[in-house]
Amino acid sequence: MENLIGLLVAVPLLGAALLLCGGRRLDGKGHYIGTVLAASSFAIGAVLFADMLGRGEHDRALHSHVFSWIPVGGFHADVAFQLDQLSMTFVLLITGVGTLIHVYSIGYMEHDERRRRFFGYLNLFLAAMLLLVLADNYLLLYVGWEGVGLASYLLIGFWQHKPSAATAAKKAFIVNRVGDVGLSIAIMLMFTTFGSFAFAPVLAEADRAGEGKLTAIGLMLLLAACGKSAQVPLQSWLGDAMEGPTPVSALIHAATMVTAGVYLITRSGAIFNAAPDAQAAVVTVGAVTLLFGAIVGCAKDDIKKALAGSTMSQIGYMILAAGLGPIGYVFAIMHLVTHGFFKAGLFLGAGSVMHSMNDEVDMRKYGGLRKYMPITFITFGLGYLAIIGFPGLSGFWSKDKIIEAAFAKGGTEGWILGGAALLGAAITAYYMTRVMLMTFFGEKRWVADENGNEPHPHESPGSMTFPMIVLAFGSVFAGGLFSLNDAFVKWLEPVTGHSHGDSPLSAAAVTGGTMVVLVIGVGLAWAQYGRRPVPRTAPRGSLLTRAARRDLLQDDFNHVALVQPGQYLTRGLVYVDHKLVDGVVNGTAASVGGLSGRLRKLQNGYARTYAVSMFGGTAVLIAATLLMRAV
Amino acid sequence: MTHAAPVHSLWTTAAAAPDKIPAPHIEYGQLSPTLIVLGGAILGVLVEAFLPRRQRYGAQLFVSVLTLAAAFAAVVGLAAGDYGTGKAHVAAMGAIAVDGPALFLQGTILLVALVAVFTFAERRLDPVAHGNQVDSFAAQAAAVPGGEAEKAAVKAGFTTTEVFPLVLFAVGGMLVFPSANDLLTLFVALEVFSLPLYVLCALARRHRMLSQEAAVKYFLLGAFSSAFLLFGIALLYGYAGTVGYAGIADVVDGQVRNVTPALAGTMGNDALLLIGGAMVLMGLLFKIGAVPFHMWTPDVYQGAPTPVTGFMAAATKVAAFGALLRLLYVVLPGLRWDWRPVMWGVAIVTMLGGAIVAVTQTDVKRLLAYSSIAHAGFILAGVIATTPDGISSVLFYLAAYSFVTLGAFAVVTLVRDAGGEATHLSKWAGLGRRSPLVAAVFAVFLLAFAGIPLTSGFAGKFAVFKAAADGGAGALVVVGVISSAIAAFFYIRVIVLMFFSEPRTDGPSVAVPSVLTSSAIAIGVAVTLVLGVAPQYFLDLAGQAGVFVR
Repeated sequence: MENLIGLLVAVPLLGAALLLCGGRRLDGKGHYIGTVLAASSFAIGAVLFADMLGRGEHDRALHSHVFSWIPVGGFHADVAFQLDQLSMTFVLLITGVGTLIHVYSIGYMEHDERRRRFFGYLNLFLAAMLLLVLADNYLLLYVGWEGVGLASYLLIGFWQHKPSAATAAKKAFIVNRVGDVGLSIAIMLMFTTFGSFAFAPVLAEADRAGEGKLTAIGLMLLLAACGKSAQVPLQSWLGDAMEGPTPVSALIHAATMVTAGVYLITRSGAIFNAAPDAQAAVVTVGAVTLLFGAIVGCAKDDIKKALAGSTMSQIGYMILAAGLGPIGYVFAIMHLVTHGFFKAGLFLGAGSVMHSMNDEVDMRKYGGLRKYMPITFITFGLGYLAIIGFPGLSGFWSKDKIIEAAFAKGGTEGWILGGAALLGAAITAYYMTRVMLMTFFGEKRWVADENGNEPHPHESPGSMTFPMIVLAFGSVFAGGLFSLNDAFVKWLEPVTGHSHGDSPLSAAAVTGGTMVVLVIGVGLAWAQYGRRPVPRTAPRGSLLTRAARRDLLQDDFNHVALVQPGQYLTRGLVYVDHKLVDGVVNGTAASVGGLSGRLRKLQNGYARTYAVSMFGGTAVLIAATLLMRAV
Repeated sequence: MTHAAPVHSLWTTAAAAPDKIPAPHIEYGQLSPTLIVLGGAILGVLVEAFLPRRQRYGAQLFVSVLTLAAAFAAVVGLAAGDYGTGKAHVAAMGAIAVDGPALFLQGTILLVALVAVFTFAERRLDPVAHGNQVDSFAAQAAAVPGGEAEKAAVKAGFTTTEVFPLVLFAVGGMLVFPSANDLLTLFVALEVFSLPLYVLCALARRHRMLSQEAAVKYFLLGAFSSAFLLFGIALLYGYAGTVGYAGIADVVDGQVRNVTPALAGTMGNDALLLIGGAMVLMGLLFKIGAVPFHMWTPDVYQGAPTPVTGFMAAATKVAAFGALLRLLYVVLPGLRWDWRPVMWGVAIVTMLGGAIVAVTQTDVKRLLAYSSIAHAGFILAGVIATTPDGISSVLFYLAAYSFVTLGAFAVVTLVRDAGGEATHLSKWAGLGRRSPLVAAVFAVFLLAFAGIPLTSGFAGKFAVFKAAADGGAGALVVVGVISSAIAAFFYIRVIVLMFFSEPRTDGPSVAVPSVLTSSAIAIGVAVTLVLGVAPQYFLDLAGQAGVFVR
């Protein structure tokens, strides 16, 4: 069984190699190869899952040592995999949702002549993400981490002929590099502290290291997580990443990439448990981001960007939960999985809408689409109900638990975090209802463009609707299944640990509160977008709306705080280099040259001059020798 | 180690009864490298005298190569017979030392000479004149340049095959020079290798006036410096009562064994020692080409036939540094607090002077001449270390440097235009585009001169500077590194010129050499890279050889 773990990574990697190196002769069947290999990886995952269920809950973890990577003195890095319940959860999510997205892309990318390459990148993305969650040490995890960064860069910038896509890809890459630096520093700190970076020794000995060091490691890990998971302050790349093809957005937002940060923090739980200051930073980032993303999501008219804000916000929930410690780890992962279902469904639905609307993304030019694309409407609608936490659907079970856990943190902190999570739930209900109403309800608002092409909304082909239907099932039932008999908690508890905390509010009170804010959010949105017709051009809006449209000024902030000082620094350095360094260098060169020209004249070709030089030299030699003796 | 009787003491022999003259004891086996070479040279003269003109070239080449190879085999045999270390001693009644440095340098000189003979014998480069393949040397040296006699000689297809015995004579002197163990042997050896070189310098086939001018200058200045050397020897004799190295060293150390009555007034007079020592030093520094005794170098290097320049630049330097090392380490170690500061000064001005003046050179041969001056300064830094590491680093540097130099000058012979070798740097522009291989090989040599890692130049420079730093000459190393930086400029400039400039339309062509020059260049490249990539074996060899016998 252990040997299968390596195959999980190897199969999609093989796909990437085949599709990227295979050349044109694979153009016609590349997408099938990619999809089949992704599905094979899922099948292997399923076999391993069944095998794992067959064993007792304390010896479920599998370990597979592939080879020694860097054995140098006291520095050992191995390529070794570890498959425990946490990794298993991720493997199934990544390969399962990933495969569905592959299937969907067959239809979505049908008219793209670089489809083979696209599927190669998708396979690469899966392989990197699987490596990330299966590594048994931080160094190998880092390899997967960078692989994810590379694959996301390639996919976001897939339509590289569009300058905006190329820029967005670069932006995602650069912002991610900032986080990557955090991870590399964290790994170095681990090595100096523990003498190793394998999970087992580091996490087992975590509480024996000084708290200061653990806090430092924790903060660096958080920085890394912020980069990959698009958390404040490294959130700015996520919205722009919508420039990639929509299946890519679904993949990034649901199954891969943004979940990596949550995985990292949950996996490193032992470190955070022993470093309360780092944990406080994690919950702060989570709480701020969940509100930040939600507010941005309210103001966007671009359907994908509204969903991107939503992702940011939902990941914020997960980070918040992960920062709560053992109270929250299980729920962070549970929400991650349910979110994987409904967010993938929502993105695929959005893609389906765009597909039928000539790639229009502005929701103000949609309206009344429920009649034209019923399957998309129903699956999207189920995803919508799941994300806002409609009772009984997936999001209800997982989000509710996070809000409860936030209150259970206790003290003022618990009230603040719980309040923020509740407020977030209200805003989520508001902006998702807004998306729903603007897209599928009301009057039709699309018109012919300047070329006279009027969109003819239609249902998407089966290869696209099938994944949406499957995901809709997940959106509806996953949460309930997980909560049945606390199945998910029991499943994950041996790895992450779990405690209940002491909530000042009863579970019923929290659920009741959530329902109230849910109704308020939906009601507000309906009052604004359901009762009145939606204007085709956006009204000016309040100051907050305008700020939210500009992503709460994130780019302006980055420009003023980072880009401009950086530019001034660069200009200053260039100035110093030109004037000072080059001045010294050129000055030296010029004076050497000048001296050379003058000395050269001594060499006049006359033997008599040379003889005088020798005579003088000898005289000096003798004088100097005598002088040395004299002094 | 027995201290031999002062056989060269000038007055004792006259006083002794004739029947009491002891027969000198000569260790012929240990002197065999020198004897073989001189014997080969005489054989070469006989070839010149008795063989018909047509057959001389082949016979001379055969004799030279065989002689040098046999002599090298003799050196290897002596080294294998432990004469370099355990059995090192003073041979030939105190006149010749057979020890590690001597054998190492003799081996180096012989290999260098062997490779140089290849370039001497090259006959493919110059265009065929009247149906005769010709080499770099004048058809008839005695003919007036441009005169009727010269034209006749060229037409008749004469060649100066005397260069081969001349080289062998020079090599014979060079072999003795670093192993000379008394001052008179030193002087004789100096003259034995200098006189053939003066003649060789005058033998260029093209630019004969320039060549002859160079030879006359070299001869005049060489004679001038010899006079200083000889006067210095006289003063040292007056100081010590002997010309033997060990005897002088004993007097310097205050262990006078027997005061010679006739010299009672002068013996032990430090003024004689210091002045005489400085003058002998000057004679050696002239051969090395140290500033301010260097001024002959560019003119002679430029005027001499290029194969001769390569031989001279490589072998003379090896021999002269060997003699300098022995003088400073065997004769004058007790005096090092006097000579070290002076040599510091000489090394500094030599390094800086060579590097700075080279910056504005426009002729590739003159450039290499100034480069050799700068390198002499670097080697002096190792000499000044006065440690065993200093000796071995200098030995290694000399071996590394001489092959780079030979190779570089051999490349210079290839780049030609209608007037012969195209030595003006402007003509080398864009050479890398037209003859990538030749330009690349030259670039390797330039990088080795500049001391870039993975070439022998780096290993040698590193060894020398490390020895100097360990020997307490840190400031010298700083100056050395600065000079290296300046020197790197003009080496790299030539590379830039060759590879990154547009070729000139009237640029030179690269002649296709015969196997002789090709193998000389190939050996140069091979030695440069092997000593650069894996220097340790040779550093160890030099380390083992780094002990002088006294």
